[in-house]
Amino acid sequence: MLRTLIAKEFREQWRTWKVIVFLVVFLITGMISPVLAKYTPELLKSIPNLPAGLAGIIPPPTLADSVAQYLKNTSQFGILLVILLTMGVMAQEKERGTAAMLLTKPVSRSAVILAKWLTGMTIIAAGLAVDGLACFAYTAVLFEGLPVGPFLLMNLLLVVYLGVYLTVALLASTLARSQAVAAAGSFGGLVILIILGSLPRVDDYMPDKLATWGSSLVLKGDINAWPALGVAAGIIVLALVIACLRFEREEI
Amino acid sequence: MIRIENMVKTYGSIRALDGLSLNVEPGVVYGFLGPNGAGKTTSMRILSGLARADSGRAWILDKEIGQPGADVRALIGVLPEEPAFYSWMTAREYLRDFVAPLYQLHGQVAAKRTDELLDTVGLKEAANRRIGGFSRGMRQRMGLAQALIHRPPVLLLDEPVSALDPAGRKEVLDLIETLRGQTTILLSTHILADVERVCDVVGIIAKGRLIVQDRRDDLLARYVTPLFEIESDNGFGNWLEWVRKQPFVTNVSVLNSTVRVLVRDVHQAQKVLLESLAREALSVRRFEVVHPSLEDVFLRLTEKEA
Repeated sequence: MLRTLIAKEFREQWRTWKVIVFLVVFLITGMISPVLAKYTPELLKSIPNLPAGLAGIIPPPTLADSVAQYLKNTSQFGILLVILLTMGVMAQEKERGTAAMLLTKPVSRSAVILAKWLTGMTIIAAGLAVDGLACFAYTAVLFEGLPVGPFLLMNLLLVVYLGVYLTVALLASTLARSQAVAAAGSFGGLVILIILGSLPRVDDYMPDKLATWGSSLVLKGDINAWPALGVAAGIIVLALVIACLRFEREEI
Repeated sequence: MIRIENMVKTYGSIRALDGLSLNVEPGVVYGFLGPNGAGKTTSMRILSGLARADSGRAWILDKEIGQPGADVRALIGVLPEEPAFYSWMTAREYLRDFVAPLYQLHGQVAAKRTDELLDTVGLKEAANRRIGGFSRGMRQRMGLAQALIHRPPVLLLDEPVSALDPAGRKEVLDLIETLRGQTTILLSTHILADVERVCDVVGIIAKGRLIVQDRRDDLLARYVTPLFEIESDNGFGNWLEWVRKQPFVTNVSVLNSTVRVLVRDVHQAQKVLLESLAREALSVRRFEVVHPSLEDVFLRLTEKEA
């Protein structure tokens, strides 16, 4: 049953071009991040009438700049895409009546949620694979080779990081009865996480910290963010459980 | 086969079901009649597991709905009033790759059953077209196909022909006819003609309660007052005076060249009226027994209840 539901989800993402858009944007992000890191200082220096001495203090680009660009672009575009990809998945089924058609058949309601979540997580992983490979190759050409193991770990942390936003959007979509409400709920969740992530002391426990940890892994720093990983995993599990419980009891 | 006992369902201040009880015997086509808002769809939704009753109980094939471990969904086929599909899927994909596997039908079995059903519901030519481009009638047929894919012993059909043109309506009703005896069918409708055509037993529901349940023929004989409509090219002359005096006639009205005669006994009236028209040598263009609409029957029943 779960296999049938997952197959339908993948087919839907493919037929409606969502997965293609997602992968293309991630590919471009992976390609452009090292390029931006490499040539931004050059571009700044080429600005006409630059104040004297300023060009001298613009530091030469490094591997750290490439990683920072990658993390910044991936998280920004990634979060936006993940929310756009997910916010309608449940609300749309309820709004259009396909949920009612599906639930008269012998399927578990939790399986419906899980199928959507697993599909979303797989697409995130695929997107980050494309993104990471492009970044890895371009960084190797423009700077130096990235350490494979730490770079892989950083991307796994990004999977969890984007997974938080996917699961929050899925929860909002499950709680809502219309796509508009689901969109408001998803972006509301994003705003709450941004606000919490910007509060001193609280930020150490928020998912944003996973990006910092990833960067530290690649650049051989000494930062880790186990508490943030625990909180991220907790948010994912809690949001999934609430979504399943809510959908199990909902009248369609 | 299907049993509902004293079911209550409220939505805010609206009492959609108000102690509904009914019993559907195995193998019959049960016409679930009532005006819009009577509680037909709510009952269907509860039976198919989409909604929960506030109180009361319901069984399908002796399995009580809503009880742990009593999932009846594998035993029923459901056609909602407005079936919805994934617009990006083709008809074949929807049945073969999505619906069939949910009932544990895979591979060749699923493919064969899909082809069979697409042929049965007249969608063979459209098998590889996206459902998003289907007309409302085609969607209704598609809805019927998905409800039948696992050969369920019980079918719940909510207004199955209301969206169809006359030809489509006939085809679907013919299809329902073929299922008589093998499948128990609960068919909700507000159209008396559909009931007369296919239903063995009729239950009339209003304001969330069952007003009457009987075999179709008994119900029609009991509640439907037969009405004759007669049209003549050369008027009716003294015949009108004569017909008004007949003991089996309850009312006579004239509109242009048409006379409407309401009678108590349709068989006696038919014989006597035809003989009298022939005797008077009237040039009859039309002589027809007309059944009043469901609304007429329904109004009579609700008046009786009051």
